[in-house]
Amino acid sequence: MSRKISVSATINGQENEFLCEPRQSLLEVLRDVLNLTGAKEGCNNGNCGACSVLLDGVLVNSCLVLGVEAQGRSITTVEGLAGDELHPLQRQFLENAALQCGICTPGFLVASKALLEKNPNPTEHEVRYFLAGNLCRCTGYDKIVKAVMAAAEEMRAKA
Amino acid sequence: MQAFSYVSAKSVSEASAILAQEGDNAKVLSGGTDIIVQLREGRRSAHVVVDVKAIPELNELSYDAAAGLTIGAAVPMHRIYGDAKLAALYPGLMDSATLIGGTAIQGRATLGGNVCTASPAGDALPTLIALNARCVVASANGTREIAIENFFAGPGRTVLQKGDLLVAFKLPAPQPNSGAAYLRFIPRNEMDIAVVSAGVSVQLSADKSTFIAARIALGAVAPTPLFVPEAGAALIGQPVGAVAVNAAAEIAKAAARPISDMRGSAEQRKHLSAVMTKRTLEIAIERARA
Amino acid sequence: MIETQEFKVIGTRPIRPDGIDKVTGRAQYGADIKLQGLLYGRVLRSPHAHARIRSVDVSAAEKLPGVKAVITGRDFPAASNETVHAGEGVVNFSYLSENLMAQTRALYHGHVVAAVAAVDVHIAEEALKLIKVDYEVLTPVLDVIEAMRDDSPVVLQEVRTDELGEKGTKPTNIASHGRHDLGDVDKAFANAAVIVEREFVTGTVHQGYIEPQNGTAISSMDGSITAWTSTQSAWDERREISEVLKVPLAMVRVIPMEIGGGFGGKLNAYLEPLAAALSRKAGHQPVKLTMSRDEVLKATGPTSASVMRVKMGADKSGRIIAAYAWMAYEAGAFPGSPIGAGAAVIFGPYRFENARIDYYDVIVNKPKAQAYRAPGGTNAAYAAEVVVNDLAEKLGIDPLEMRLKNGARQGDRRADGPTYGPIAYLETIEAIKVSAHYNSPKPAPSRLGNKVGRGVASGYWGNWDGRSSASAVINSDGRVSYLEGSTDIGGLRASLAMQLAETIGLKYEDIRPMMGDTQTVGFNDATGGSRSTYGSGMAAHRLGLKIIAEMQKHAAALWDVQPEQVNVKGDVYSCGEKAITFKELAGQLDETGGPISVSVSLDTKGALPTFATQVVDVEVDVETGKLQILRYTAAQDVGRAIHPSYVEGQIQGGVVQGLGWAMHEEYVYDKDGHLLNGSLLDYRMPTALDMPMIDTILVEVPNPNHPFGVKGVGEVPIVPPAGALANAIYDAIGVRMNVLPMNPRNVLKAIGTI
Ligand SMILES: Cc1cc2nc3c(=O)[nH]c(=O)nc-3n(C[C@H](O)[C@H](O)[C@H](O)COP(=O)(O)OP(=O)(O)OC[C@H]3O[C@@H](n4cnc5c(N)ncnc54)[C@H](O)[C@@H]3O)c2cc1C
Ligand code: FES
Ligand code: FES
Repeated sequence: MSRKISVSATINGQENEFLCEPRQSLLEVLRDVLNLTGAKEGCNNGNCGACSVLLDGVLVNSCLVLGVEAQGRSITTVEGLAGDELHPLQRQFLENAALQCGICTPGFLVASKALLEKNPNPTEHEVRYFLAGNLCRCTGYDKIVKAVMAAAEEMRAKA
Repeated sequence: MQAFSYVSAKSVSEASAILAQEGDNAKVLSGGTDIIVQLREGRRSAHVVVDVKAIPELNELSYDAAAGLTIGAAVPMHRIYGDAKLAALYPGLMDSATLIGGTAIQGRATLGGNVCTASPAGDALPTLIALNARCVVASANGTREIAIENFFAGPGRTVLQKGDLLVAFKLPAPQPNSGAAYLRFIPRNEMDIAVVSAGVSVQLSADKSTFIAARIALGAVAPTPLFVPEAGAALIGQPVGAVAVNAAAEIAKAAARPISDMRGSAEQRKHLSAVMTKRTLEIAIERARA
Repeated sequence: MIETQEFKVIGTRPIRPDGIDKVTGRAQYGADIKLQGLLYGRVLRSPHAHARIRSVDVSAAEKLPGVKAVITGRDFPAASNETVHAGEGVVNFSYLSENLMAQTRALYHGHVVAAVAAVDVHIAEEALKLIKVDYEVLTPVLDVIEAMRDDSPVVLQEVRTDELGEKGTKPTNIASHGRHDLGDVDKAFANAAVIVEREFVTGTVHQGYIEPQNGTAISSMDGSITAWTSTQSAWDERREISEVLKVPLAMVRVIPMEIGGGFGGKLNAYLEPLAAALSRKAGHQPVKLTMSRDEVLKATGPTSASVMRVKMGADKSGRIIAAYAWMAYEAGAFPGSPIGAGAAVIFGPYRFENARIDYYDVIVNKPKAQAYRAPGGTNAAYAAEVVVNDLAEKLGIDPLEMRLKNGARQGDRRADGPTYGPIAYLETIEAIKVSAHYNSPKPAPSRLGNKVGRGVASGYWGNWDGRSSASAVINSDGRVSYLEGSTDIGGLRASLAMQLAETIGLKYEDIRPMMGDTQTVGFNDATGGSRSTYGSGMAAHRLGLKIIAEMQKHAAALWDVQPEQVNVKGDVYSCGEKAITFKELAGQLDETGGPISVSVSLDTKGALPTFATQVVDVEVDVETGKLQILRYTAAQDVGRAIHPSYVEGQIQGGVVQGLGWAMHEEYVYDKDGHLLNGSLLDYRMPTALDMPMIDTILVEVPNPNHPFGVKGVGEVPIVPPAGALANAIYDAIGVRMNVLPMNPRNVLKAIGTI
């Protein structure tokens, strides 16, 4: 076992300090050390997007980040999307039945948030391109894409 | 995963010193989208992982009409295509940067990592060859520059020596009436590794009727990205049009020496070498004319 | 009666009860579980596709600090050779046990040889490297046709062909040869005006659920086992754990966690018995095992590669008068491919008087084939639907007309035996015929030289009913706590709560559904075979009737009348002038006889087959062989859409899986039987960018056997896509594809470019 290192990072807006080995991925740290099991492991090699989180606002696969790299950074996971109310994306995913088994949902929500922050008015093609790194095997993507477009519209109306 | 220690290097000299001391036991961590997977799957091993993302020189992204473009080896794709000015100047580079992985991979993956991984299918490599990039390499003995087409030694192997750190790429400023493009063939539309790819740059005469310079490189058809100077040379002096483009595509195809693997067969790759060269040239010409 | 029924809840689109947990990351899936003293396990797998295991030395691994237990084949008692129906197929416990943990032979690349539990996964992984296995490498059998040859190496020496019911005498890879015969095929072919005969080859594919298999278990000192897992079938898992580890059934409890997709691949145990065996050895500490994606692809799922020959003959009028199919499916390393279902699907949509199907289950050195959404159906329908279109073209008949002319209807006997009850296939053809899609011009190609084609195909799936149990408690606030036992993979809790709410006249929100486990609710068959909304819906309805009867008793007690005198309309209970709502009455249970809880256990019957007809527009890049799906419309007989969004979702998901199978997905092995593409980058499932919107047409022809008219909807949508796409490619470029996947390389080969 290699030595554990102390890391401090802001996670979903909260200052946090944790111990981890350099070989532990950020995904592992979130799930096993910090008990934030919202990010899922679908592949552990960057291929599925189920582990998507925002690292300083940038969309990344947490399975391809070392926990120690989080030092001084800010991380947003699916657990950080809702305040007192659901985020429009979360609500639209529910209303549009954009999840079936739901294992891909946390990744899609985080990725969609990153998309809408960059591009509040995406076309269907832009949504599909941006989300191509997030695999869903249940829905055929139709309702996910519709939910993201609906959330974008709702957020534009509110802005 | 195997145990290793982690150092976030703050300077080129700090990183080179560790690399020189540890040799093959040290591995550079840039965006980590290759190395973390390789370490996890036991395809590479390390005692120490040297994170180079905090080194200022590796994060440089600057353009100067005289000196051209400098891209630090640790600049991630999303920063490259997020820069509107660069996007207009180097559309070929943007083709590559927006193709690598999905959005989340592009949030981490760097140009330096793509080049040092030295996959024959790496999506930035033919483009960098077409754009005449030079690699700035630092070691304890100072820095040196290597032309990108001389950087690769085989699948997964580069000419970097013990203690070497890739610092940045230098790309000349685009010539007038020039255009570049990169295209890859993949069965899906995203999240796939190139079966065959082509990166090209062309420069046309002032009236845009004749080729005056061209560089053509192919991916995934040889042990390293394949620079095909004779394909570019064949265009020079020729009128811009299908005849010249097809001739260059056939030369590129003749140079391709692909293998069959799970991603494609040798015959398929040979055939696609011409198709991709032709299509990429068409885009580059359109851009040069615009 | 059903036709005129007015529904208040059924047909609406409420939000699922587990929804908020699933969009906030709080839902607990199998791998999310945390237990006190939890150990983490990893599994050692054979690097060879076929080998004799001479010895396994775990001594160094056991000594590694942090390692708590190591198990090998020696830790598994000999399992009975009994074969039982479980999940969607048949399970032989001896083979199941050997598949979980190899004994003396490694039968595929990825076959488990040992497992380790340690204080963390990294140590468990390091321990695997210390295990020494001495293999004698044998020649692998990798191809179904080669495996059937007399001179092929034999995978399982003990297997004898079940040849039309008779046991063979010599070792073989052909586990069984079955035949269905209807009428006189030879004579009918002799009379045919047009005959088409084609051969098809399809690859091995995986279910591709995004959540890898996981299993966590405690083996307690009293000998009981508790397992937490992502499973489609908690009761089948319980049975398997019990049989494999020789623990009495009632001593095993399986707690189904939220599940990240299954599609037939999570009907059987892979890890739970190993976790329990490790726990037993590790001082009864709980052990969690999870698979990597590479392990998922190497060792779970997949579904069968196949070779099929289909021949059909028609008379001049376009009536198909004879059909013959020869089908061989890969079973993987143990007998039991979905060939039986494939043989039902292949001619399922058609009415023939003369048909014969010869079908073979063939053992090869690949992972044991499992069910995958309409098991065995997609590849079978691919073959048949291409041949039907070919016949139609030769006869100059429109492909939809051809299907209308030859489509099965009530009273027709299917080639494999059963006679159809009230089915609604033709309605799905009509729906496509009048659809906006079918009646609009084909889109223009996006680049010069590309070609656009349109194709149609149909599909059949049998659907299952099976056993379902549920229970309910009436709360004093008038809400109903509802415990059901079918795994919810995509909104089932909502669809069942809706049926219960409809039955007892309450609002959907008044039902609080929850998934039970093998200890808390009665027996339930798997969520598979498109049965759960049907069978567990029936249980919900029956439960509702029982609740009503109990409430009638309480109303009767309130008013001092006989229960039969209490009328029920919606949520209002009345007798003469007196009336009380369900809610009000629930508040007075204690005064009227005490609390109410009810439960039901049913062996449901009456599931009906469903049919789908689909149309696709595809653009073919002739130079590269690449396909782009431009437009897709899927019509399906859905019986009654309880929650229409979830029905649409099933169709859309099924279609896209079918298209993935049709276009890209396949296992790539090297000549030694190593799986080369064990990652989601190289096992190419469709991404969002590969697909258009999938338009759905819900044809509602209610099932008279079900109180709300439900038919299973989940599986049939994956049946037609490959055939529809092949027919669209033909329309575009005049080439009939005969191989799956129809990937760029295979398209270029079919065109003759390479
Ligand atoms: C899901 C997925 C999809 C992908 N898709 C694509 C794709 O479409 N196209 C493509 O080309 N690639 C793809 N890749 C591969 C990978 O993302 C790229 O090669 C990427 O550019 C690597 O950059 P990185 O910064 O992540 O490299 P790292 O993993 O950090 O490093 C890669 C290698 O380079 C070495 N290295 C890095 N920087 C330096 C330096 N400055 N000096 C010396 N050595 C150095 C490292 O030690 C390591 O050996 C994909 C990967 C994944 C996981
Ligand atoms: S788990 Fe990280 S991308 Fe799949
Ligand atoms: S909802 Fe199951 S994988 Fe997307």
